[in-house]
Amino acid sequence: MAMLATTSSKRAVEIAPGVHWVGALDPQLRRFDIILKTANGTSYNAFVVRGESGVAVIDTVKENFADDFFARLESVARYDEITSIVLNHLEPDHSGALPELLRRAPQATVYLSSRAQMMLKALLKPGGEQAPEYVPVSTGDTVALGGRTLRFLHTPYLHWPDTQCTYLEEDGLLFTGDIFGCHFCDERLFNDRVGDFRFSFEYYYAQIMRPFREHVLDALELIEALDLQLIAPAHGPLLRHLPRDYVRRYRELAMPRLFNEARSEKTLVVFYLSAYGNTRQMAEAIAAGAERIAGVRVSLYDLEGGDAAIFTDFVEEADGLAFGSPTINADAVKPIWDLLSSLTSVNIKGKLGAAFGSYGWSGEAVRMIEDRLRGLKLRVPVEGLRIKLVPDAGELEQCGRLGENLARHLTGEIEHRELDLAALA
Amino acid sequence: MPRAKVTFQDVDVSVTVPAGTRLIEVSEKVGAGIVYGCREGECCTCLTRIISGAENFAPPSILEEQVLKDNLAPRRHRLACQAQILGGEIVVVPA
Repeated sequence: MAMLATTSSKRAVEIAPGVHWVGALDPQLRRFDIILKTANGTSYNAFVVRGESGVAVIDTVKENFADDFFARLESVARYDEITSIVLNHLEPDHSGALPELLRRAPQATVYLSSRAQMMLKALLKPGGEQAPEYVPVSTGDTVALGGRTLRFLHTPYLHWPDTQCTYLEEDGLLFTGDIFGCHFCDERLFNDRVGDFRFSFEYYYAQIMRPFREHVLDALELIEALDLQLIAPAHGPLLRHLPRDYVRRYRELAMPRLFNEARSEKTLVVFYLSAYGNTRQMAEAIAAGAERIAGVRVSLYDLEGGDAAIFTDFVEEADGLAFGSPTINADAVKPIWDLLSSLTSVNIKGKLGAAFGSYGWSGEAVRMIEDRLRGLKLRVPVEGLRIKLVPDAGELEQCGRLGENLARHLTGEIEHRELDLAALA
Repeated sequence: MPRAKVTFQDVDVSVTVPAGTRLIEVSEKVGAGIVYGCREGECCTCLTRIISGAENFAPPSILEEQVLKDNLAPRRHRLACQAQILGGEIVVVPA
């Protein structure tokens, strides 16, 4: 296959007239950034765009693949021709070869998002280099290359604050950074030629983009309006066949899976684990209490009956989350921590959080869960409830009031409290 | 001693405090959602948005100014572990 020979030979690959892929392949990678698995490696996609009066390099590669990048770059451009370097995302797997590129092309102006400026300085710090000439850009800003125009789209938080997309107007090419990317290494490069990478595409979305789905939807508003001939993400296949399908798929992935029957109400999900049924009784009483408040829909789940991955969907759409755990060996129980440690894949910032649990001796679990919830940036306005061993009727009534209180916080009915610091000590 | 009133909007609680109190001394006691890391003004974890009454805080120290700048904090944002309340009324929310 010609393409196999081309990429293996460290030559650039033309993706449109005067536009070349100059990235690198990393087929041996099995785990990316500690958190992501990949069964066949990844690629670091970088590009060269040639205009009549300028040459732009878009992104670079991971540092230890710099030789491949420079070899491919040199096959299509001289360093002194480079007028612009566009950085769509400064994570080290895309900016690793940047310091060396700046040494070889010191005349180039760097274009990057406003939030990327500090990251650029941090990146160049180890070499002691002066920051190059750089221009922060946002949606609508353009760079003319002579007969070709790069236009920038401000698409932050996908998946870092600095991320942006760059659109080559005349050719309908969109360089998207990590958006629409995946960890999939195939030297045939194009989506209509590589092996089946659909799983990798969706896995990447779920692991990397999902926590930022509101930002995905904002970015799609900008991207959907474009004429798209090819989407060139910074990892994985270049999407030249039916590129709009991938945009459509992102919209589907960023939307709720089924119609949410409770969407006109506030939703509270109560998760619990119970060794002897005491924390379960508390959970049921809290759920019943919350249900007494009109406009609140409660779901009750025993974590024993599922695993964290299943519950992530509930968590993403819920307005409030209450976690019940007994204290065993001075800690909350493992399934709680498993769930709480897996929530980085969804956006839960600002949701209402609460904790409760029965305990035998020391009862640390509730406070530990509350600390974790605050760490995840949930608001925890109601102090959690700890009950020694078996809840009696009065204590179950307390649980009910906790549920009501949580529900009122969700509906906004909670009364404003005025306190004095001295009374809080 | 002069008093001040600070409102944590996310939990809808107002607390009367003596002048000189730092936000950190109050926010944890009322369960506000401000999260702390180093507690020494270096990590920027406790970045807090000042909805109103920004002028009722003592001005940020050089260190706090630098940390806010390094983290590209927008205007009217302070570190809760550093920001000292002088008087008047203040409304804050986690950033």
